[in-house]
Amino acid sequence: MAHESHEQVDAVTGVTTTGHTWDDIQELNNPLPRWWLWTFYVTIVWSVLYAIAYPAIPMMSSYTKGVLGWQSREAVEVDLAALKQQRSGMTAKLAASSLDQIKQDPEMFAFARAQGKASFGDNCAPCHGAGGGGAKGYPNLNDDDWLWGGSLAQVEHTIRFGARSTNDKGHSGTMPAFGRDGMLKREEISHVADYVRSLSGLPTDKTANLNAGAKVYTDNCAACHGDKGQGMQELGAPNLSDKIWLFGSEKATIVEGLNNGRGGVMPTWHGRLDDTTIKALTLYVHSLGGDQRP
Amino acid sequence: MDGRPEGNLRPQLDSNQGATGACVVSVDIGILMTATDSMADVPLSHPLGAAASDEDAPLYAPRKQIYPQAVKGRYRTIKWVVLAITLGIYYFLPFIRWDRGPNAPDQAILVDLANSRLYFFFIEIWPQEVYYLTGLLVLASLVLFLMNAVAGRVWCGYLCPQTVWTDLFYAVERWIEGGRRDRMRKDQQKLTLRTAGQKGLKHFIWLMIAWWTGGAWVLYFADAPTLVYELATLQAPLLAYTWIGILTFTTYTLAGFMREQVCTYMCPWPRIQAALTDEYALNVTYRYDRGEPRGSVKKNEVLKLQGLPAGDCIDCNQCVNVCPTGVDIRKGLQLDCIQCGLCMDACDNVMDKIGRPQGLIAYDTDMNVKARMEGRPEVRRIVRARTIFYAGIIALVGAIMITSLALRQNIYLSVMHDRNPLFVRLSDGSIRNGFTIRVANKHLDERRYALSVEGLADSRVDVIGGEVDPQGRTIVTVGPDQTLEARVLVTDTASAASSSTDLQFILTDLSNGDKAATSDHFRAP
Repeated sequence: MAHESHEQVDAVTGVTTTGHTWDDIQELNNPLPRWWLWTFYVTIVWSVLYAIAYPAIPMMSSYTKGVLGWQSREAVEVDLAALKQQRSGMTAKLAASSLDQIKQDPEMFAFARAQGKASFGDNCAPCHGAGGGGAKGYPNLNDDDWLWGGSLAQVEHTIRFGARSTNDKGHSGTMPAFGRDGMLKREEISHVADYVRSLSGLPTDKTANLNAGAKVYTDNCAACHGDKGQGMQELGAPNLSDKIWLFGSEKATIVEGLNNGRGGVMPTWHGRLDDTTIKALTLYVHSLGGDQRP
Repeated sequence: MDGRPEGNLRPQLDSNQGATGACVVSVDIGILMTATDSMADVPLSHPLGAAASDEDAPLYAPRKQIYPQAVKGRYRTIKWVVLAITLGIYYFLPFIRWDRGPNAPDQAILVDLANSRLYFFFIEIWPQEVYYLTGLLVLASLVLFLMNAVAGRVWCGYLCPQTVWTDLFYAVERWIEGGRRDRMRKDQQKLTLRTAGQKGLKHFIWLMIAWWTGGAWVLYFADAPTLVYELATLQAPLLAYTWIGILTFTTYTLAGFMREQVCTYMCPWPRIQAALTDEYALNVTYRYDRGEPRGSVKKNEVLKLQGLPAGDCIDCNQCVNVCPTGVDIRKGLQLDCIQCGLCMDACDNVMDKIGRPQGLIAYDTDMNVKARMEGRPEVRRIVRARTIFYAGIIALVGAIMITSLALRQNIYLSVMHDRNPLFVRLSDGSIRNGFTIRVANKHLDERRYALSVEGLADSRVDVIGGEVDPQGRTIVTVGPDQTLEARVLVTDTASAASSSTDLQFILTDLSNGDKAATSDHFRAP
């Protein structure tokens, strides 16, 4: 398009044209509306002032901080403080109440479960799974089998101090490595593995020597796991007579445990989570399955 | 008299083609007119249709201040009555009390946003029942369509808030500044202390009405008497004052200044209305078969004596003077006309004075005007396929809404299966599934419900935080007008479940035996 000046006055509107013509359609040279123009100028001034006042311009390894010293981090902290303030009523109630009292009060119980669920997702889900379903070596928190006890107080103690953790008050007690440390011979381990499977009614090989296994069990295992394999919560010794297997019920898995020992770690959360959060977590975990043993 | 002059353009077009952009494209007006004419749905065979606008006329027309003249008559009375009823409803409805008992507000109509409840006399609507609102809106639009099919823009002329408030503002203006001529004279003269005082008073009263409009609005969202007290003692929440401010501003601007421009330029309904209407819809119509050729009373009498054609219109311009949108109805049906009927009153008054029958301007159709001119019989068809159809859907939607309201349950149960883990093996080998249930109690008192599960041969139901009554039923208690979320554990004690079994959760209201049921699945390995 030739950019020649063909400025004319449009007959209908009385406005001069720009001289631009497309398909005989002429462009009128109407000025920008004043309000629009002034708004535009104001935004330009605003952008300069903004760049001075607020963090704006990226530098090599940093950025201009702005004279007002505003930080987005502070805004988040204000929000968090407001949230804490909003929850402070219920949080104070939780802090002042015992676990049993909270469980009896529907409002507090609902609040604690909600807070516990959020905290569980942040802290516990990586090992125990999003719904507390567990995994091999990581207990399922929905069932009724508790290594260290499933009452509210026991669950709280386990969360707070952990098991085989760095905290002195944590649960201790490990499954020894009977095979690796030479305490049991290879065939003794095979016999006792068969015997352990028979305790919960699992089928065993025809070649299995259950009598020999029973003797090995009485001599080496019953002290912790009980004479009938019922387990002992004080030592975290699992019940071997029920249908729940933390690592698996196959003979090879049991043999592996007898050879190398077991000792999964639950970390201590004392000092890392505040008391109210630990209470809330306790109630949430407890509500997943319940503590009763049939 | 085929009355279709070349390039006939609907008279309103030249005033509505506002073009104010920075870049205005100038088009050959002749082409534009031809296109518009051929697109017109109802042929405008009007002998007096404005002559084709001058090719050199500007496309932009500035607004002309309108000074409607006062008028008395049948339609004016109807409009006063409608104004009194609609404004009365709007301003005083929030104060009507409705006793619902101890656990609910006693305001007949209340939008309780904080608690997500909508109260309408005996109906209480929860957020999940917002479809009632949808149904109400569907009904409202269908009623609008039916009104349009019967008599055009009835809504615009009599019922629309814009019309009602503008009418009220005009009344105030007339009361303080005087009639049409007084106001025109005062606006042309220099401002004197007296006229300035009058204008100040007028704006003050307008602002008071506007403020009351905003004030009434917020009363629908909180307990009205309490809020009035709080507003008066400056203790009300800031949000209330903000909304009153917004509505004061919009009412004052729309009814005091924008007025007919809202109808002509801003409102979508006239456009939709024009697309929905047909030739049978009654409209405020100037019967030009009777009115034309217009002329003074004396001149037309002379013409009649000579046996020449002479109409009843004496060109007194009363119909134009009373019009709140400033149109000349004698130019035919047009976009700006809101069909308020005031020109009919004005014309009837004049016809009475000159001893001619009323109804030179009346509810009629262009089709009938044409029929009379050509000596054909008139066709009046209020009951026709279109109106029957609209009425039918209105009845259908209304029936559906009434039925669903009547069958509405005050108990609601939803169940969600745990996603992880899907099932849990217990130490005795039985399988348990976890569920989250939500029970809604829409009653205004606390209710106890028994929860049971069907589908498994032998099962156990535990509600975490629930109780078991002496008969061994699992009980959940839900407070008045509340929902309760609870964790439910279902154990298959017979260990007989296949990998997926259909489950039925049944909730029974212990006080009246009402039941709600929801199905889900029981998963097993």
